[in-house]
Amino acid sequence: MDFHLTREQEMVRKMYREFAETEVKPLAEELDEEERFPMETVEKMAKLGMMGIYFPKKYGGAGGDVLSYAMCVEELAKVCGTTAVIVSAHTSLCCAPIFEHGTEEQKMKYLPDLLSGKKLGAFGLTEPNAGTDASGQQTTAVLDESGENYILNGSKCFITNGNVAETFVVMAMTDSSKGNHGISAFIVEKSFPGFSVGKHEKKMGIRGSSTCDLIFEDCVVPKENLLGKEGQGFKIAMQTLDGGRIGIAAQALGLGEGAINEAVKYTQERVQFGKRLSQFQNTQFQLADMHTRMQAAQYLVYAAACKKQNHEPYSVDAAMAKLFAAEAASDVTRRAVQLFGGYGYTREYPVERMMRDAKITEIYEGTSEVQRMVISRALGVK
Amino acid sequence: MKIIVCVKQVPDTSGKVAVNPDGTLNRASMATITNPDDLNAVEAALVLKEQTGAEVVVVSMGPPPAEGMLREIIARGVDRAVLVSGREFGGSDTYATSQILAAAINKIGLEDEDIVFCGRQAIDGDTAQVGPQIAEKLNIPQVSYAAEITKEGKTLTVKRMLEDGYMTIKVNTPCLITCIKELNAPRYMSVGGIFECYEKPYEVLDYEALKDDPLIDPTTIGLKGSPTNIFKSFTPPQKGAGMMLEGADKDTCEKLAGMLAAKHLI
Repeated sequence: MDFHLTREQEMVRKMYREFAETEVKPLAEELDEEERFPMETVEKMAKLGMMGIYFPKKYGGAGGDVLSYAMCVEELAKVCGTTAVIVSAHTSLCCAPIFEHGTEEQKMKYLPDLLSGKKLGAFGLTEPNAGTDASGQQTTAVLDESGENYILNGSKCFITNGNVAETFVVMAMTDSSKGNHGISAFIVEKSFPGFSVGKHEKKMGIRGSSTCDLIFEDCVVPKENLLGKEGQGFKIAMQTLDGGRIGIAAQALGLGEGAINEAVKYTQERVQFGKRLSQFQNTQFQLADMHTRMQAAQYLVYAAACKKQNHEPYSVDAAMAKLFAAEAASDVTRRAVQLFGGYGYTREYPVERMMRDAKITEIYEGTSEVQRMVISRALGVK
Repeated sequence: MKIIVCVKQVPDTSGKVAVNPDGTLNRASMATITNPDDLNAVEAALVLKEQTGAEVVVVSMGPPPAEGMLREIIARGVDRAVLVSGREFGGSDTYATSQILAAAINKIGLEDEDIVFCGRQAIDGDTAQVGPQIAEKLNIPQVSYAAEITKEGKTLTVKRMLEDGYMTIKVNTPCLITCIKELNAPRYMSVGGIFECYEKPYEVLDYEALKDDPLIDPTTIGLKGSPTNIFKSFTPPQKGAGMMLEGADKDTCEKLAGMLAAKHLI
């Protein structure tokens, strides 16, 4: 196995780091405190090609690779979980399914604006009664009398980038008698009649990110905006989430690593009992364990990203990466707060924010329990 | 139209500074960066490229690993890079370096509408000599300390930032401008630029390539051609924390006078 990054990957990571330190870190506390979406950062990332990293230049992408995308989310998450998920949801959940399942016309119509970051993307699968059980879709899509448009009715919830996105990949039931095989995927524009964005969720973490309901009231979607074929929606959604898990695993990875960076710095400054905290063996062992966990997570995340890049099956790899990285991030950020003591519990230091941000990585885009289902099924355990 | 930007790879002094027993900088053990002022020069060139469609060529003198730095500069949007590299050039001081870089610029070709940009000075030597000396060797006008640049036709209007004010100068191409950090904020490398940078033209000019230029002579390049002798280099003692007195009233002035008198300065 080759554990070395290419020279381009080394270079792109250096750029992400500089960008994150200079442009993202200074805003992180304010975004969290004020629950503010960082549109100015999205515009800066767009200029640098960070909203379409691994897509071909032909469609307006940056011509990079999947690992370079994962590293982008990782580096952003080291300093701001909110900014990281904006890139991840946009890339993995909207750009990727259009690129992977769209017709040439759909790709040429939607990808240039999405990949250049001119427009943000989002993904609508989850519904109030269809979370982990995504097959329970109640949003319906019916061809109208003219046969030219689908009419969508229903609602989606917890949609990341919901009130800032202009392009959505949305799942809806076209034939409820067929169960999973009756679900279809659609490309929906914000401007389509009958589409609206509902309430914005107030969250525990990633508070600057947009999380909203989407509402479809006789929403008119042109027939040509069907993504894939009728009945392929569930498959498209599951494949999309496989890719999304690499992004969220990278976000978890960055959050854990960011917390370690903060803890290393703090424990070398804070003095108790006449010694720096870093001189206590408990601190050293804690940090050693934390670092080892995140390093293991990094190998899993990078391996999944490389497999996707090489068009190898990566569904189980992505599930393991997300499961491990998310649980490691929750553990490591919690331990970082403990190392900071009382100060760690205050909003004066970023580790409590990282701990709150990390929790969601165990839940969204497939809970840890769903990842265990995916992994155990691959073992043939039923 | 072509813009040639001279850049230098320097030790990263924000990290650990390593010094050899003889007091010289231990460059090999230090991380390297692109000299900060040179990135302002690159940015100035890229802004003009966006306005005029000019080709931007970056040139540096240094050992072969400087390629990494040059590729990173290409990733910011520069069209091609030239590395001037050869044992014969080693040990050059500012005089010899400017001689060699001027020869390299001649080789690249400096035409009527072309501009050379340099950073004001490098953070390792802090001399601010190479840019102006290159202009002299090339026999072209120079404007140093540029804090603002506008171009109309063949004329550049440059606002120079001096210690006690600004000076605005108009200069015709071809010319050389040295840039300061107040000029602009250097852009980041872009993802697209990074994934293309190793496909862009990259050329190495060695002694053989430059030896026919009248500026290149064994007595004017390398250690032998360098009139500068370094007797000792050292880290200057750190200044103590200063003290600020606020206000322009009589009490403050008397307090200041008292403090200076106590130190026998007045």
